[in-house]
Amino acid sequence: MTKQRPRVDVVLIGFGWTGAMYAEKLTAAGLEVLALERGPWRDTHSDFATTFAQDELRYYWRHAMFQEASQETLTFRNNSAQTALPMRRWGSFLPGNGVGGAGVHWNGQTYRFLPSDFVARSHNEERYGPLPPDMTVQDYGVTYDELEPHFDHFDKICGIGGQAGNLRGEILPGGNPFEGPRSDHYPTPPMQMTFSQDRFGEAARQLGLSPFPVPSANMSRAYVNPLGMQLAPCTYCGYCEKYGCGNYSKASPQTTILPALMQRRNFSLRTNSEVLSVEKTADGSRASGVTYVDTSGEVVFQPAEIVVLCAYPLQNTRLLLLSNIGTPYDPRSGEGVVGKNYCYQVMSSVTVFFEEEHTNGFVGAGALGMAVDDYNGDNFDHSGLGFIGGGYIACNTTNARPIESHPVPEGVPNWGSRWKRAVRENFLKTADVGVHGASMAHRGNHLDLDPTYTDARGRPLLRMTYDFTLNDRRLTAHLTPVAEEIARGMGGREIKVNARRGSYDTMPYQTTHNTGGTIMGTDPATSVVNRYCQSWDLPNLFVSGAGLFPQNAGYNPTATVAALAYWSAEAIVSRYLPDPGPLVRT
Amino acid sequence: MRRLRDMLLASTLAGGLGLGAVPSAPAQELAFSQVERGRYLATAADCMACHTNIEEDGEAYAGGRGLETPFGVIYSANLTPDETTGIGRWSRDEFYRALNEGVGRDGEHLYPAMPYTHFTLISRADADAIYDYLFTLEPVRNERPENELPFPLTLRQTLAGWKMLFFEQREFAVDPDRPQEWNRGRYLVDALAHCGACHTGKNVLGADKDDEYLRGGTLENWFAPNIRGGVNGGIADWEVEDIVRFLRDGRARHTAPMQRMGEVVGLSTQHLAEEDLRAMAVYLKSLDDRPREAPEAPDQARLEIGAAIYFDNCAACHAADRAGVPYIFAPLGSSNKVAAEDPSTAIRIILGGARAEATRAAPSQLAMPPFAWKLSDRQVADLLTYLRHAGERKAGPVSASQVEDMRRYLEEK
Repeated sequence: MTKQRPRVDVVLIGFGWTGAMYAEKLTAAGLEVLALERGPWRDTHSDFATTFAQDELRYYWRHAMFQEASQETLTFRNNSAQTALPMRRWGSFLPGNGVGGAGVHWNGQTYRFLPSDFVARSHNEERYGPLPPDMTVQDYGVTYDELEPHFDHFDKICGIGGQAGNLRGEILPGGNPFEGPRSDHYPTPPMQMTFSQDRFGEAARQLGLSPFPVPSANMSRAYVNPLGMQLAPCTYCGYCEKYGCGNYSKASPQTTILPALMQRRNFSLRTNSEVLSVEKTADGSRASGVTYVDTSGEVVFQPAEIVVLCAYPLQNTRLLLLSNIGTPYDPRSGEGVVGKNYCYQVMSSVTVFFEEEHTNGFVGAGALGMAVDDYNGDNFDHSGLGFIGGGYIACNTTNARPIESHPVPEGVPNWGSRWKRAVRENFLKTADVGVHGASMAHRGNHLDLDPTYTDARGRPLLRMTYDFTLNDRRLTAHLTPVAEEIARGMGGREIKVNARRGSYDTMPYQTTHNTGGTIMGTDPATSVVNRYCQSWDLPNLFVSGAGLFPQNAGYNPTATVAALAYWSAEAIVSRYLPDPGPLVRT
Repeated sequence: MRRLRDMLLASTLAGGLGLGAVPSAPAQELAFSQVERGRYLATAADCMACHTNIEEDGEAYAGGRGLETPFGVIYSANLTPDETTGIGRWSRDEFYRALNEGVGRDGEHLYPAMPYTHFTLISRADADAIYDYLFTLEPVRNERPENELPFPLTLRQTLAGWKMLFFEQREFAVDPDRPQEWNRGRYLVDALAHCGACHTGKNVLGADKDDEYLRGGTLENWFAPNIRGGVNGGIADWEVEDIVRFLRDGRARHTAPMQRMGEVVGLSTQHLAEEDLRAMAVYLKSLDDRPREAPEAPDQARLEIGAAIYFDNCAACHAADRAGVPYIFAPLGSSNKVAAEDPSTAIRIILGGARAEATRAAPSQLAMPPFAWKLSDRQVADLLTYLRHAGERKAGPVSASQVEDMRRYLEEK
C-alpha cells in the first residue's frame, strides 16, 4: 500500500549541486520545494572534518563517498555485439551518493565550455563540411551568450579564482584568450602556483601557446558569496577529488548554498529516500509526482506540480527509462532519444621526472594548475585532421597522496625493490601534463536497460555501451604529442607518455564526466528536453546535469552543468509559472 | 523550531528606543506599536531562550526548558497567556513585580535562575510593553515539570535569605555625566540583555560577585569570557564595530558566538537595532579592568610539545602563526577564550568541538571538529599551555587533570 504525502510545488530528485541550485532559485521565487535524496545527510564538521578527512584507505580505496555498487551498479560492454556485465567495483568513474552529491568530492576545476561547443554541429559543419553520418553530434539549442549570466552567477556562488582572458570582448593578458566573453572578472584571484606550473607556463609560452591559471573552486583567499556563505583559504593539502574538504575551502553545495537554503521555510529535504519512478497523470500528459522508498522500505507517493531530475546523468537516464517517459533510443534504427549520445572523455597524460628539482606534489589542490586552450574546441584549424573538438592541456598539481599516486619512470616494474626505489627517488620530483579530451557523440554509444541484471530491488540495471570513437582516437593522437612537447620543455630528466590507446576500459580512473542520455536540443525527434531543459513529453518535468550535453567538450563539466541549471530554473520562474505548458512549441 | 523561527522572521524591529521615550499606554489600548515595542524588548531580554523548550522543539514562550544550575535543574515558566499553566491571570502589576522584585503571582519567591537581579532595572514602561506583547501570543497549555532541586532548596522560603543577601530591588539610574548612548548601552547590558548572568563571576551561592562584574564567569562548565574593554579588559582589542558585528552578524574578526552565546545571538541580538548594539558596545568598551597578574612560566619542554601538536592539528585552519582567518577561523594569538584565566571553554572546545552560530547574515555552519578521540589529556594540556603562553596576553599553564575533569564531564553529559 503506497502512502501519499501532501502535494508540494516542486519535487527535486537528487540533492547534489543542481538540486541545491534549483532549490535555492525556486524557493526564492516563493515555491514550496522538497528535495528527495537517496543517500544520507552530510556536513563538513560531522562527515569530513579535518581530523579524519584525509583518509586514503577510507575514501580512495574503499570509496566511502560513492554509490555502493552492491546496491546498484551498471552493466558495461564496448559494443552491441558483446554481452554487458555488471561493474562490481567502480574504476573509470565514481558516481556519488548523499547530500551534496559529487559536489562534495570534486576537484573544483571550473571551466566554461566555449561558445562553439554549444553549436558543435552547425559550427563545425559550416567550417569543415558535413560530419560523418554516424556522428550524432548536435547543437544544444541554447547559446553561450544566453548562459553567460548564469556562468557568472555560479562563479560568484563558488568564489571561483582565476584570471579573466576575455572581458566583454577585450582580451586580457594572463587569462585564456580563447574563452567566451565574460561579463565580469573572477571573484577571487588565481591560486598560488608551484614550481611545476611555472615550468609548464614557460614551456608553453616557448611553443607560442597561451597558458592561464585553471579556474579554481579551491579558494585562493577567504570569500563571502551572495548568499552570505563563507569560504576559507585553501591549505593546499591535496585532498580534494574523492574527499570532502574539512577546511571550508572548496566550493560545494554544503559550503555555498545549503545552510542558507535550509533556513527557508518553504524548503524541505528528505534524505535516505530513493525515487523509484516519476509518475504520470492518467492521460499521460504531465508528471503527477514521484514514488520513492525510504530506508524502512515504505513506499511513498509524493505529488508535485513540477518534477526536476537532479540526480547523476546515469541515474536520470535510468529513471526516465524505468518510468516509461520518452522513447528509448535504439542504436539500430537511430530512432528514440532516451539514452542517446552517451559520451565521456578521452584522457592522456605525460609525466615529467626531474633530477634535482623538487616539485613537492603534496602541496596540491584539485584545481591548482596552469592550462593552455590552444588545442581545445575549435580554437585551432581542424582542416584535414579528420576530427572535431579538442581538449585543454594542463599541468595540475592535485595531490601526492601516497596510496594513490606514485608515478615511476618508463621501464620500472610495477612491484618489487626496483619499484620501491623508483618511488622513493621520484616521489617529490614529478609533474604531470594532462590532456582533457572531448568526446563526440556516436550512433553506437548509448545507455539502455540491461535485459539480465537487476539492482537490490530487482529493477533492471542501466546498461552502458561505449567505446572510443574514431574522432576520439584521432583527437588524442593529435593532442598527446603537443602535451609531450610541452613536457619536454619543462626541463626534467625524462618523461613518460601515458597515451590512450585501444578500447575503453572501465577500470583505470579517467574522469567522472559521464554525459548524455537525457540530451537537450531543438527537435523532439533527436532530444529528450528542449532548450530550457524541459521534457518534450511532460511539460512539468525538467532535467538537469551533464546528461543534457549532446556531446562532451574538452573541459570539466561542472560550470556548464550549473549554468544550465540556473538557466532552466530561471525559465521555470519567468516563463513556465505564468503559463505552465511547453516552453518551446513544435 | 519552525514556530519559533516564524515568530522571529515576522518580527519587525521597533528598535533604537530612547530611555523612557514611550509613555506607558492605557491598559485597554493595545496599540500595534506598543506590542511591537514589547516584542522588541522581549527579544532584547532573550526571554525566548529560557522560556522555550528548545531541545524538545517546544512552542515559543511556553516554558518547560530545563535550566542547569549548580544546584539542580530548574524548569522555566510558561509565558503564554494560558489561564492555568501560563500567565493568563497575571496583572500588569504582578508581572512588573516578578521582574522588579523576583516574586511570583502568589507572592512566592522566584528562583534567581530567572535573572531578576538584572530585570529589577527594567523600567515599568518596558515591563508593561513586554507584558502586552506576551498577551498577544496564542495561549499554550503547558504544565511545567517539577524542578529537580535538593532539599531545602525545594522550599521557596530559603530564597528569602538568599535575596536578603544578594538581591537589591532598584531602578535604573541614568548617569547624567555620560552620553545618552552610553546610558542606553548600560541599560541594555545590565537590565534587558542581562549579560552579567553569564559574564559576571558568581559566589558559591550563585550570586554575582560585585568585583567580578563582566570579568567572566563559569556556567554549565563553559567559561563566559571577560567582556570588559578599556586597556586591560578581555575585549580591549575589539573595536566598537567588532562588537556590533559579533552581535548582529554572528561573525567578528576575533571569534564567532557558539553554544550558549550562539543562542543569544541567534534568538536575540541579531534581531536588535544596530544603534542598540552600538550602545552596548560603547558601554562595554568604557569598562576598564585591573591589569592581569603575570602568570607562572611554563616548562620549556611542554611549550615545544604544545607547539608541535598545534602545528600538526590546528595550523591548517588557525594558521601556522595562530593568526587564524578573521571572521572564519578564530585568531588564537589574541583569543579571549584561550587567554582566559579559567581555561574551561578552550579545553571544552578542543575536546568537544564547537559550532559558530548560523545567523541570517552569516548562514554558514562553520564548526570545529572534536579532538577528544585524537588527543590525550596531556596533549590538550600541553597544547593549551603553549597557546596561552604564546598569545598576546599570557595566561598560566593548563594541567592534564583539568583536561581529564572536563573530559569526564563531557562523557557523562
